[in-house]
Amino acid sequence: MKKVMALLLVTVMGLSLLSGCGDSGKGKNGRVVVYNWGEYIDPETLEMFEDEYGIEVVYDEYETNELMYPKVSAGATKYDVICPSDYMVQKMISEDLLREINFENVPNAKKNIGAQYWEQSEQFDPGNKYSVPYCWGTVGILYNTKMVNDTVDSWDILWNTNYAGQILMQDSVRDLFMVGLKRDGYSANTLNPAELEQVRDELIAQKPLVQAYVIDAVRDKMIGNEAAIGVIYSGEAIYTQRENPDLEYVIPKEGTNIWIDNWVIPKNSENPENAELFINFMCRPDIALMNFDYITYSTPNDAARELIEDEDIKNSEIAFPDLSKYQGLETFDYLGQEGDELYAGYYKEVKSAN
Amino acid sequence: MINKVSRRIYLALIAIFMYAPIITLIVLSFNKSKSRAKWGGFTLKWYAGLFENETIMAALRNTLLIATLSAVIATVIGTAACIAINAMKKKGRTLWMGVTNIPMLNAEIVTGISLMLIFIVLGIKFGFMTILIAHITFNIPYVILSVMPRMKTLNPSTFEAALDLGASHSYAFFKVVLPDIFPGVVSGFLMAFTMSIDDFVITHFTKGAGVDTLSTKIYSEVRKGIKPEMYALSAIIFVTILILLILVNKTPKKDVAK
Repeated sequence: MKKVMALLLVTVMGLSLLSGCGDSGKGKNGRVVVYNWGEYIDPETLEMFEDEYGIEVVYDEYETNELMYPKVSAGATKYDVICPSDYMVQKMISEDLLREINFENVPNAKKNIGAQYWEQSEQFDPGNKYSVPYCWGTVGILYNTKMVNDTVDSWDILWNTNYAGQILMQDSVRDLFMVGLKRDGYSANTLNPAELEQVRDELIAQKPLVQAYVIDAVRDKMIGNEAAIGVIYSGEAIYTQRENPDLEYVIPKEGTNIWIDNWVIPKNSENPENAELFINFMCRPDIALMNFDYITYSTPNDAARELIEDEDIKNSEIAFPDLSKYQGLETFDYLGQEGDELYAGYYKEVKSAN
Repeated sequence: MINKVSRRIYLALIAIFMYAPIITLIVLSFNKSKSRAKWGGFTLKWYAGLFENETIMAALRNTLLIATLSAVIATVIGTAACIAINAMKKKGRTLWMGVTNIPMLNAEIVTGISLMLIFIVLGIKFGFMTILIAHITFNIPYVILSVMPRMKTLNPSTFEAALDLGASHSYAFFKVVLPDIFPGVVSGFLMAFTMSIDDFVITHFTKGAGVDTLSTKIYSEVRKGIKPEMYALSAIIFVTILILLILVNKTPKKDVAK
């Protein structure tokens, strides 16, 4: 028994030594703890930041806003930089979880990021005090030009009986209802039960035409010609087009959801100065370009866009649509618990209808 | 005749449902194209890329280290607990078996968040250690569950006889009791090991920044699409386990208890 205990003690001590090693080394000027979406940054840029500033980057990843939120709000790990989406930024501001960014330390942000994105951000971060846009995109229709003969410029195509069994819808509450709400000219953030009930009925009527309600699978199904029309995020559209040139992406004329993922600094950050250095570094045109090449989601960094060599991508209507040309672009609002429950109730009715 | 055919078909169906997903995954790990919808030709590049990818290798190391350590420690603690519970009077025994059973029936997310909260309250820094402690915690009941039945079949007289013949308590335990309950201890260890490798929810809530296990790493990739390197890794793990199982079944069984 003594031997076992001794062995345990040795392993535990060895382990704590090992984990201790991680703290020293590169971080002669401290460290910055970053919490970002999975696969949402070019890892090389992290090394460049470490080399340039002597600040160690501790990098952590999450899969959804909802998985990130409880860890941050409980303060389990004190993160310095996080990258939540629009509605989550709004929620975190309302709960006083975020720290105002001192933009004097982040000169690259206001210099390089286009005015139209700051304007969109106002919807969830009034005054642009807490967040810096990092990636953004729209939700639109991806269709196969070989399989669709009608012109696609409206959400109506998703209710067209010619394409019964060929349509893919998004399987998440807000994205699904956004399509119906926008089609009827309502706000995607409406809390009006009458409007939601109308959309619920239309979505139920649409059900026989829908091949599947999916999220990630839209990408692969469209590449494999398994469906003709699908609702998809613009960031995936460029990748799917590269794999299957018959695919075309359209932002419907009625408007759609525009989403923005933003760098923010939580209130309990232990290294806010390093966090600001990090955000500033991420807004540098060459770094933003590297990240754009890696993620292929649109960058709000106008200076980085200028650096793109491939003219097709630089002027791509998918990656960089001129937002002023479209009406009814909206970011999602945080609806509060009651709002979420309202939507969830209607969503369940749609999903369980025959 | 029909009976025989339908039996065969039934068996085949079960086998297909169980193994078709794994075979799909293995096939995709050799696919040159990144999309599952297109066969781009045969390649080994994902396997090569896997061993060069430092974050995946670090996650693999963490997973194996945590699984081994937590299983070993939980086995020691769990076995010790069994001895104690077994020596209790009936009332105490029922009570403590209940206490150890509850965490197993409890939803994982509840365990995960409670552990996170208690680490915060105690001011423990989140990292490798917190995951390890959490895994030991949820592993102990599984060890107890598989050791306890063996323990009950034990004849207490053998232990007492050893003591009468002059063996010390620990000597008698290692020479008399342990060999008897060993199969239970081994299966408890294996169960704890697999539970630990499997776990996502509890790990997610108890891990610190920059420490990942395979399950948290894979999960974080879901939004952007899981990388084919992960298919390659899963294929390797599957084949390794398959070979191990074949080896275990091939070697003639020794009589451990004697």
